[in-house]
Amino acid sequence: MQLPDAEELFQILAKKIRSAGIQNIALVGIHTGGVWLAQRLHQELDIQHPLGMLDVSFYRDDFDKRGLHAQVKPSEIPFDVEKSNILLVDDVLYTGRTIRAAINELFDYGRPGRISLAALIDRGGRQLPITPQYVGAKLKIPDNQMLELQRDDNDKLSLKIYDKTSNHE
Amino acid sequence: MNSRNPQLNENGALQHLLTTEGLPVSVLLHILDTAESFVGVTERDVKKIPLLRGKSIFNLFFEPSTRTRTTFEIAAKRLSADVINLNIAVSSESKGETLLDTVNNLSAMNADMFVVRHAQSGAAHLIAKHVRSDIRVINAGDGSHAHPTQALLDMFTIRRYKREFRNLRVAIIGDILHSRVARSQIHALTTLGVPEVRVIAPKTLLPKMVERLGVHVYHTMEKGLKDIDVLMMLRLQNERMTGANLPSFEEYFKYYGLTPEKLSLARRDAIVMHPGPMNRGVEIDSAVADGKQSVILPQVTFGIAVRMAVMSILAGNQT
Repeated sequence: MQLPDAEELFQILAKKIRSAGIQNIALVGIHTGGVWLAQRLHQELDIQHPLGMLDVSFYRDDFDKRGLHAQVKPSEIPFDVEKSNILLVDDVLYTGRTIRAAINELFDYGRPGRISLAALIDRGGRQLPITPQYVGAKLKIPDNQMLELQRDDNDKLSLKIYDKTSNHE
Repeated sequence: MNSRNPQLNENGALQHLLTTEGLPVSVLLHILDTAESFVGVTERDVKKIPLLRGKSIFNLFFEPSTRTRTTFEIAAKRLSADVINLNIAVSSESKGETLLDTVNNLSAMNADMFVVRHAQSGAAHLIAKHVRSDIRVINAGDGSHAHPTQALLDMFTIRRYKREFRNLRVAIIGDILHSRVARSQIHALTTLGVPEVRVIAPKTLLPKMVERLGVHVYHTMEKGLKDIDVLMMLRLQNERMTGANLPSFEEYFKYYGLTPEKLSLARRDAIVMHPGPMNRGVEIDSAVADGKQSVILPQVTFGIAVRMAVMSILAGNQT
């Protein structure tokens, strides 16, 4: 399958967010790919609020089946969530369960005024009523495959596809 | 003989936490790294996450303890678990129920995890051996054998202040003989690669052949504290003292009590730790306990994050 260029998708995504012209926005990236994108967007869009990061491991609904990920990264929300206008950033939007977990976690920091969602890729397959406001591209990926954002030593982004049976997640 | 560590499952994942002895460095670091993210949770307005929602954790304390039991209770509650505190010293054991009967009864009430403190060494091991395979056991101190969560929170504190284990000189000072904390600390420190662990104590408060644990033995603070980066004080366990181990508390303080003068023998940036509760004026002078090199209160704070990490790792690992 021919995968699109992640760098191009990023530019499309950034452009869509910029042209929406939202004011006073705070970015929160979801580990790990979402944080890379949020860092880039933070620069590109010249965001004033410091960048937030979430590791949703403690809020996942499959903890009973999967246990704790080997490396849970600390969540960090360095701005006041109360009444804030938050743009959640993730790399691949799929079932929507990660976003559900992220929204729950954000509410434990305060009551946001508004949360919207940006994803580099929407691969469909939603299991929860979650819709992104900004998307780089829509892609149809078979259920038995994983789509993952990667970053090389020069910070260049690319997409990789795996079979679910392999060890990559 | 079965050589598999009873704490680990077939995949090497932590099943129970009974002792730091024999735990691989990867397991220790996984606990410390996970605890790092829980520190963030404990600093938020809402100090609670839904990870263990619906789980029942029983605090089985066969020996009185307020501090340790409270920190386990807070840790479990911050993970959204239900906590049941049982103070068994005054309950079924006094009616003649055996330890395993007590545990079987509580298992029948659908417990998910036991946090056990017992005056008898090996009590937590015994329970872990007999419970259903889906129940997890944490040793919160057994006799003078082990106190792994205390040792882990000490390791966490050391890493927070000193970053690296591999260039440190660490001294454990005081009543090594009766201390389950000291034993667990020594195993954790050596596994994490601390090149020099010293114990400083009078001969009467050292176990026989303590050198076999890989420590260097000193009998005076003057020699033992030289070039030390981390001082781990121990509580003088007056309730465990039988016979004449000590002439008097005054004399102990004179030779082994940590005063500002003795502390000045260690490195200038050395940190002072104590598992609590402290006997001020016996093993530690107030000027040191409350001084700027003391990290005794941060230890308490980190203890909650470390216990949250242990509980959630155990709960998440499949049988």
